[in-house]
Amino acid sequence: MIWTAVLLTAAGCFGFKMAGWTVPSSVLERPLLRRGATLLPAALLSALVMTQVFGEGRALVLDARLVSLVVGALCFWRRLPFLVALVAAAAAAALVRALA
Amino acid sequence: MSLGVAVGLYGTSFGAAASAAGFSVLQACATSLLVFTGASQFALVGVLGAGGSVAAGVASSVLLGGRNGLYAVLLAEVVPARGARRVAAAQITIDESTAVATTSPEGLEPVGFWWTGLTVYVMWNLSTLVGAASASAIDPQAVGLDGAVGAAFLGLLWPRLREAWPVALGGAVLALVAIPLTPAGVPVLVAGLAVLPALVRR
Repeated sequence: MIWTAVLLTAAGCFGFKMAGWTVPSSVLERPLLRRGATLLPAALLSALVMTQVFGEGRALVLDARLVSLVVGALCFWRRLPFLVALVAAAAAAALVRALA
Repeated sequence: MSLGVAVGLYGTSFGAAASAAGFSVLQACATSLLVFTGASQFALVGVLGAGGSVAAGVASSVLLGGRNGLYAVLLAEVVPARGARRVAAAQITIDESTAVATTSPEGLEPVGFWWTGLTVYVMWNLSTLVGAASASAIDPQAVGLDGAVGAAFLGLLWPRLREAWPVALGGAVLALVAIPLTPAGVPVLVAGLAVLPALVRR
């Protein structure tokens, strides 16, 4: 099952990449397509933040992951490097759990 | 160089997250070698790890990877690549290589693209191996890995918020509503509907 998912995902992701290299650049003149491709990642990434931070199966929970998210947001707001933000976010959750 | 270190840490996180989701070391490494687009890979292991179906995992992952197609259209204008080189260029078409290429001085776009893409490819795959192989030795929750993955998604979202915050907000609300109502992975797909108002309005 995992192999099937990996190979299908690889085919789909490579298909999009290769299609972009192959189609004429005039497709970008279609504003609907361009806007959709620009905006869709924002919706999906935002949803992934929610499921990763608040999801526990089908339940919504508040736990140490929320502290990670807040710390991460502060880091990105202060324009700290991605690496620093990830380490700080991980450390925040680890600390909260160690203290709890 | 800091890019290499950041990618290394992110890749190690991916290896560990894949392992926590039930991927073998070989499956984690194959994912990084073949899929090679970070957010999609995290989405895939996130959905499968939470018990989601193959269809939901593949769909959210591939939709998220769709932006690379847009990058490729932009890159094809400034980076010449035909035949086998085009296949290689396609595989390393990701956020990082596009960002560097499109901000390189005129004429240096191909150098920025290939150098960044290949460096990230090597670092990403090596660090995936390290993360997956060492994952059994660490407790993902004790080191805060799950929190870091959430922050990583936020980091990828952050530069898009200025232009797309209404869509991001809509996606977040749809996902929160859908989490209790739908199987794992489906909330992410439902959130994709948040783009529709922005498309219809004009």
